[in-house]
Amino acid sequence: MTLSSTRLIVGPFNRVEGDLEVTLDVQDGRVAEARVNAPLYRGFEQILLGRPPSDALVIAPRICGICSVSQSVASARALAGLGPAAMPENGTLATNLILACENAADHLTHFMLFFAPDLARSCYGGRPWFAAARRRFAAGDGECARALLPARARFLHLMGLLAGKWPHSLALQPGGVTKAVDPGEKIRLLSILAEFREALETHLFADSLEAIAALDGLPALDAWADAAPPEAGDFRLFLHIARDLDFTGLGAGPGRFISSGSFGLFAPGVWAQGASTPFDPAQVSEDHAHSWMEGAILAPAVGKTIPAPDKPEGYSWCKAPRLDGQVAEVGALARQVVDGHPLARALNAARPGGSVHDRVVARLLELARLIPAMESWIRAIRPAEPFCAPPSPLGEGAAVGLVEAARGTLGHWLGLHNGRIAQYQIVAPTTWNFSPRDAQGNPGALEIALAGAPVLPGETTPVAVQHVVRSFDPCMVCTVH
Amino acid sequence: MVAPSPPPDTYNVLWLQAASCGGCTMAALAADDTGLLRSMARFGIRLLWHPSLSEESGAEALAVLEDCATGKLRLDCLCVEGSVLLGPNGSGRFQMLSGSGAPMKDWIARLAPKARHVVAVGSCAAFGGMPAAGHNPTDARGLQYSGWDPGGALGKAFRAGSGLPVVNIAGCAPHPGWMIETLAALALGDVSAEHLDALGRPRAYADHLAHHGCGRNEFYEFKASAARPSDRGCLMENLGCRATQAPGDCNIRRWNGYGSCTDGGYACINCTSPAFETPSGPFQETAKVAGIPVGLPVDMPKAWFVALAALSKSATPQRVRTNAHADHVIVPPARKPLKSP
Ligand code: SF4
Ligand code: SF4
Repeated sequence: MTLSSTRLIVGPFNRVEGDLEVTLDVQDGRVAEARVNAPLYRGFEQILLGRPPSDALVIAPRICGICSVSQSVASARALAGLGPAAMPENGTLATNLILACENAADHLTHFMLFFAPDLARSCYGGRPWFAAARRRFAAGDGECARALLPARARFLHLMGLLAGKWPHSLALQPGGVTKAVDPGEKIRLLSILAEFREALETHLFADSLEAIAALDGLPALDAWADAAPPEAGDFRLFLHIARDLDFTGLGAGPGRFISSGSFGLFAPGVWAQGASTPFDPAQVSEDHAHSWMEGAILAPAVGKTIPAPDKPEGYSWCKAPRLDGQVAEVGALARQVVDGHPLARALNAARPGGSVHDRVVARLLELARLIPAMESWIRAIRPAEPFCAPPSPLGEGAAVGLVEAARGTLGHWLGLHNGRIAQYQIVAPTTWNFSPRDAQGNPGALEIALAGAPVLPGETTPVAVQHVVRSFDPCMVCTVH
Repeated sequence: MVAPSPPPDTYNVLWLQAASCGGCTMAALAADDTGLLRSMARFGIRLLWHPSLSEESGAEALAVLEDCATGKLRLDCLCVEGSVLLGPNGSGRFQMLSGSGAPMKDWIARLAPKARHVVAVGSCAAFGGMPAAGHNPTDARGLQYSGWDPGGALGKAFRAGSGLPVVNIAGCAPHPGWMIETLAALALGDVSAEHLDALGRPRAYADHLAHHGCGRNEFYEFKASAARPSDRGCLMENLGCRATQAPGDCNIRRWNGYGSCTDGGYACINCTSPAFETPSGPFQETAKVAGIPVGLPVDMPKAWFVALAALSKSATPQRVRTNAHADHVIVPPARKPLKSP
């Protein structure tokens, strides 16, 4: 490769959920412009039309195998928006637990299976930490996944108990959950959490979850990283490698963060330029200028999904969601920054657009915050009290169901007419993060974050690009659906 | 890059994700509580490439696929997860294999004839699955079936190198055990045509019904039925449960340690069968004619079913009747009165 302008088409991108192709215009050893293509379209929004409303609870989860519960919760909330039933407290607790279990398992899966294996690539053979990275993070047989994949599987026993199975459960209903918890099951749930906590505290953090959640700024994070040898915990090893590879200087996004809030634990809002404003889903629109979709800019409540595969300006099946016309990033970093966690706010103050480092840190910070919250929700369950409100007839009209999936804000915009689904639009986290350009030519969040990434001579699938892409924990199957 | 030649005693699996949700892989990751790779390694199964698990990306990944297609790498098994999209207009452009400029359907057509075994992982790859619902906007097919119709993306006459048709590990998602056990049995050379049912599903699990072992069996026997979500009663009469027709040992082995659909309180939607995605009525309601569910057990004479149901309803103990409409036990089983010594 010469140091002049070249175009690279990179794919298949593995260790992302689903299909992704990235076109890079490379100039003088750096990405000048990136175009992100989601090359798979399945038509869920079309399939849902005309179906009885409750069928959404079966169909929508199957958009995504890695965040099926988030899809279930979004559709249950959209349906609940059209009926009067209020969810009993146990229903909320069980829903929170099922959703948090998925979020936490996804964060762990992302770290050990999707992100960290790149640190063990042979291109890093010359770095002082390489032997450790290979031993801990290598795809397939790294010690991190060997220890934590079984822990994840046993953590998902919570799904067996509360949701029947994972993925694709029907336990999450508009009025609550279909599975009540008896006193013995409550104890088993606490045991599952205790075992998972122990695995995280032993292998991932080599410290207590509370110590991680209490990190309150950059000096505290640095001090924690240096308080023990680099191999004391996978998180610490990551921090050391991230320092050496300057992960804080890689992958700055648009600097506008959205969170719809989660569990009553993480506050909702929009964070940009150091200030918080309320998040109003009515400000969301989807721009089709560079999607293989008919139409222009529409709010999801009136949005359409009509494929236009031959549209010349199109380069992705993904639509381009914008908040009040502007690009935004969603995910764990967004959630923690919006919520105001001191470490996340400090990361944001240092780098308003975020970075590869910041996204990974925020995800693991959130994992450390979720587990203790889950323990408290289990203790609050009161067996023999109701878990589900009786179904009530649904009204006609429109509603939106919002939820925070592991990867960020997910919205289902539902419209019912004559007892059938007349409108169903889904705006998924990676639709936000991996959107194509809009009519103004503004790139999506990943497209922004990739600009400037180094491309080394001879690289066809630049490793820095892979770090940036995977730092978002993309879920492409949700992106287009 | 050329992938190193595998040792002869391994069973080489190439795993592709066609139009999938990735859920089959996610289920498989929890296999045996230890993870997909380790539970397969026990049987000498090696993944040449898997989209979620391998290190290789981009050009390196394409090289592995190319080597399989040209025969440079021995392909013992091609696993496909997700439906094959033929649309729009037969072009396959609804799913392009990234970086390759070719539709996924063409890659599958190139690779399948090279494989000793071809496995459809999940109901999408087997029969079309959820993307084929309704008017099937993307022309989604299974590898060898489109719904109930033989054919699919590879054609009715397709046979893999071993002579077997596509092995359909149907389920949405399939139980991890179905995936591991089928792949292990294939690797051990234990699978011949008689081990598959008429739709290519492994009989090891498809000879059972999802109904077998359901924790609601006492409610079923007495037709003490749940009326609303979270009731403990049988889900068949009102809430759409199809477990008495659905192939699968879902209630004999556990999902995620403790669960199953019906023990989780919701209907079996018969996810192991073709066209499960397009039922005649709402998924969570039982279709009835003159008050009698239409989806009765297939091998039971209807008149007998109706007669037995009427009889057992009249014999239902108060305990069972009451508990069927609650989410926890209201009336415990009666015990013999204690005798004083
Ligand atoms: S069969 Fe079900 S779980 Fe598997 S890819 Fe298809 S929708 Fe997902
Ligand atoms: S119980 Fe029915 S819906 Fe559930 S996994 Fe088994 S066959 Fe599929």
